[in-house]
Amino acid sequence: MKVDLTFKRGEFQLAAQVELNGGVTGICGPSGVGKSTFLALLAGLLRPNTGTLNFSGVDLIDTQRDIFVPAWKRHFGLVFQNGMLFPHLSVRDNLLYGFNRLNPNERHLDLKTVTALLEIEPLLQRRPDQLSGGERQRVALGRALLYSPRLLLLDEPLSSLDDRLKQQILPFLKRVKEETRIPMIYVTHAQAEVDYLADRVLKMEDGRLGE
Amino acid sequence: MLTPEEIQALYLSAKVALWATALCLPAGIALSWVMARYEFRGKLLLDVLIQLPMVLPPVVPGYLLLLLLGTQGPVGAWLLAQFGIVIAFTWKGAVLASAVMAFPLMVQPVRLAFRMIDPRLEQAATTLGATPWRAFFTITIPLALPGIIAGSVLCFSRSLGEFGATMAFVGNIPGETRTLPLAIYSYTHVPGGESPAMRLVYLSVALAMVALFASHIISRRAERQLGYASDRSLR
Repeated sequence: MKVDLTFKRGEFQLAAQVELNGGVTGICGPSGVGKSTFLALLAGLLRPNTGTLNFSGVDLIDTQRDIFVPAWKRHFGLVFQNGMLFPHLSVRDNLLYGFNRLNPNERHLDLKTVTALLEIEPLLQRRPDQLSGGERQRVALGRALLYSPRLLLLDEPLSSLDDRLKQQILPFLKRVKEETRIPMIYVTHAQAEVDYLADRVLKMEDGRLGE
Repeated sequence: MLTPEEIQALYLSAKVALWATALCLPAGIALSWVMARYEFRGKLLLDVLIQLPMVLPPVVPGYLLLLLLGTQGPVGAWLLAQFGIVIAFTWKGAVLASAVMAFPLMVQPVRLAFRMIDPRLEQAATTLGATPWRAFFTITIPLALPGIIAGSVLCFSRSLGEFGATMAFVGNIPGETRTLPLAIYSYTHVPGGESPAMRLVYLSVALAMVALFASHIISRRAERQLGYASDRSLR
């Protein structure tokens, strides 16, 4: 994936020029430097001011040619900081929200595999408000995985959890990395998390992305 | 027991209130959504215009509707010439008058319900392949349902009680525009009308109470089903 984007909102400016390959890319930096904005640009939730985004040879963004592929056509998964599970749906229906919209030939993982991988089978009938913080994040991860994304974006998925829960979930993320082989971009302010998971680590400071 | 005239007034009131609610519902949802999610020039003015019927004397919107949609009015004359449609002094006009007066009561709770929904839930849906429309109908609308129900019941109840605007726009024609409040008013102005007027008063109070109880019960049930009772993160 080739990224060359700029984004400006008020005083805040972001500039990212980077080439990302498979595996897990960690993006580390303190709060407020633009890490989540960068992921939102990749996911198609924000429009950049200028630049290009090319994934697997296909232009998803090219501001000069007025190309912008919206989020629902990019087929990228995004795991939000606090899961963002749909509160009116059961865990099962949350998990299947994206999966049900896929053609059968686009489904690379099934419900059984993902629930076993993340150990969330006993939670299927529950509501999101009946889950602990760690369970919510595992369900959110499962929901994104079942959508069989071409790229998985993780936006500080552990930041709302205490250290004990973080230690419980990190091995699940490692299992996902090793067993699904889906390329991931993992954003965090915790260096230890990227050291544990990432194959390559980028730093973000004051809206600039670099090695 | 109710007389045929009283039953006619009751039936007409229910018909007018249902149509007015049906008219307000899509417009109320669309406008509430825009007001809850977007900032734009003229938003304050639009807000004031939406709320205006609540604070104006009801006769004023009714009279303005008559000027606009009466057969001599610019829109009314055009509707008559182009489509042969007459709105003033018909039950359709009563629907329009009720809808105008009840619209602010529909918008308030629906707008509040939309504002309580975290927009990132819709974003999460779009990252799972849902188009914005699909996200709206599968995530936003179900989550706003308690507010939509509350707004609909308030709109229906207000329409049942609409008097001033209806009187000014469509008059008090038995069988066509004489709804419950107009029937009560008429009975209080004829000798011996106290007894039927009182029956209709009881009926109006009972209908309003049933509507409000139903609103509370349905909203609470919807909130429980949506997991709002214990999950306060969306509030």
